[in-house]
Amino acid sequence: MAIITYRDAILRALDEEMDRDANVIFLGEDVGRAGGVFKVTPGLYEKYGPERVLDTPISETAIIGAGVGAAITGMRPVAELMFVDFAAVALDQIVNQAAKLRYMSGGQLKIPLTIRAAQGGGVGFASQHSQCLETWFMHAPGLKVVVPSNPADALGLLKTAIRDDNPVIFLEHKLQYTEKGEVPDGEHLVPFGVANVVREGTDVTIIATQRMVIVALKAAAELAKQGISCEVIDPRTLVPLDMETIIGSVKKTGRLITVEEAVHAGGWGGEVVSLVTDEAIWYLESPVVRVTLGAGLVPFSQPLEDHVLPNPERVMAAVHRVMET
Amino acid sequence: MTSATRNMTTETLDSATRQHMLQRMLEIRSAEARIQELFLENVIRGTTHLCDGQEAVSVGMAAAIDPARGDTVTCTYRGHGHALALGLDLKAFMAELMGKEAGISKGKGGSMHLTDMKVGLIGTFAIVGAGLPITNGAALTAKLKKTGAVSISIFGDGTANIGAWHEAINLAAVWKLPSIFLCENNMYGEYSAYDDTAPVANVADRAAAYGIPGVIVDGQDAEAVYTVVKQAVERGRVGEGPTLIEAKTYRYRGHSRSDAAPYRPAGELDSWLARDPINILAQRMIHDGQITEAEVNTLRQNTETTIQQVTEWAIAQPYPSLDSAAEDIWV
Repeated sequence: MAIITYRDAILRALDEEMDRDANVIFLGEDVGRAGGVFKVTPGLYEKYGPERVLDTPISETAIIGAGVGAAITGMRPVAELMFVDFAAVALDQIVNQAAKLRYMSGGQLKIPLTIRAAQGGGVGFASQHSQCLETWFMHAPGLKVVVPSNPADALGLLKTAIRDDNPVIFLEHKLQYTEKGEVPDGEHLVPFGVANVVREGTDVTIIATQRMVIVALKAAAELAKQGISCEVIDPRTLVPLDMETIIGSVKKTGRLITVEEAVHAGGWGGEVVSLVTDEAIWYLESPVVRVTLGAGLVPFSQPLEDHVLPNPERVMAAVHRVMET
Repeated sequence: MTSATRNMTTETLDSATRQHMLQRMLEIRSAEARIQELFLENVIRGTTHLCDGQEAVSVGMAAAIDPARGDTVTCTYRGHGHALALGLDLKAFMAELMGKEAGISKGKGGSMHLTDMKVGLIGTFAIVGAGLPITNGAALTAKLKKTGAVSISIFGDGTANIGAWHEAINLAAVWKLPSIFLCENNMYGEYSAYDDTAPVANVADRAAAYGIPGVIVDGQDAEAVYTVVKQAVERGRVGEGPTLIEAKTYRYRGHSRSDAAPYRPAGELDSWLARDPINILAQRMIHDGQITEAEVNTLRQNTETTIQQVTEWAIAQPYPSLDSAAEDIWV
């Protein structure tokens, strides 16, 4: 076991997969010589050269399109979007092309493309550089959606993403790049569609992703002091989504809370709740509460940003609400 | 002001290649005519974008590349001609247009979305501009794997005004990719005239902005198209980078099935019909003693018979199983 950062776990995954498979290439804005604007990928350019680590112009449509075309013709490209917000200028290539070309060609094409992007708030970048957009991609069948919350998962899930024959959206929370965690030595692969029960409990099930897992764990630790036992589950991938683990937990606890750093309307938490009510409504002992960003956007000013992002206090309030009913 | 060059010499192809191109153009013309009827008869649904008048671009392009060595093509939804020129099986083509199980994409794509990797066709793309960035990806694979293959993206004059077009050509130029950008300037982007939507005289003039060759060619002359595409292919194969080609051509029909093209000035269609690509090649072959007028007519009739037989076969094919609607989403 080594203790490394989330950032270094991503770098290790890229390095290991590029070393293992010559068809893996990496392209994006300033990912090579500069080592990435988030300093996630230093050294890859020097190790694998300009043919496999490709600095691009600021042209997100051209970047993703090149990834799609290279993937169709036999490569395993990893394309970096820098901020996930920039997906908005390349959505045709992501949603209409990468996601749908296999289907529309009747299964003739496969697109083993991984798209990496940083998301999330908390750093004062305002509304166009702070979004969590995982739900956008869930709405385009054909895309897998991966949301690692810790270094070990970042390593194991990115390696799995690169080996997957489908297009994968791999979302990194930018506030987590410096977080440290234990990572297994040797080959470490985390399968898609297998949730991680981060903390076991009996009273309430809390589903959270990425930085919200940490928020939920802080709340759970405080609530334990009050005698409330929370089970915290990290789905790790939203497509595919491990509903079996989630429903099993709800059947045990009878109470459900989802915690998302994204806009409330249409968020993945709503989908989780819908699927739980399909399968296990009679096990629910209280209404379900979703903790989200709310109806608004991420503001620039720090007190305002701190106010809108979900925090342990809001999760605790949600738990108290479901425990009272 | 024009910065692009016009091709001045046209290669004379051998009799067999000319014969093949003539046959394919007749096949495309006949298929498009039948497809229009099938729409009116409600046998084909959705929409269609027919290419009659532009056949020389398709066959000239197809003769200049070699899918067997890995060359690939992306094009737009006006792609029937390119698909057939590349050799997409007629039955699989017609069945796809009818949404049948035997369609090349099992009825998932239809008229606007044809893919057949066996003939190098990555896809006909119905989102304007989508094909160019993807062609770059295929060209990148060829460059990295050192196969010498090229990738051609074919698009209309309307595409030259969308962002993806500029991003893709810029990237191809910066990376010296073996991409070829082949514009079919048929004078109209949907219902709008070229001059109303672009500030430069020729699409190929824009090549100067990316530091790559821009070449203008007569899109009604299959051999001229072949000549300039071949030159671009040779540049690509040896690592000299992309080329932007503009074939001046004309679509005989409107943009799509619902467009009768009332915006075209009187006499314009007739002036282009006088330069019909099939007649140009046929007359040249007759002049060179490679075919007779009677043989051309026989070829035309035989092609129409084939198209009719394929149509009847496709009509008789079953629709896909309903379960297949949920298949092919994931690998």
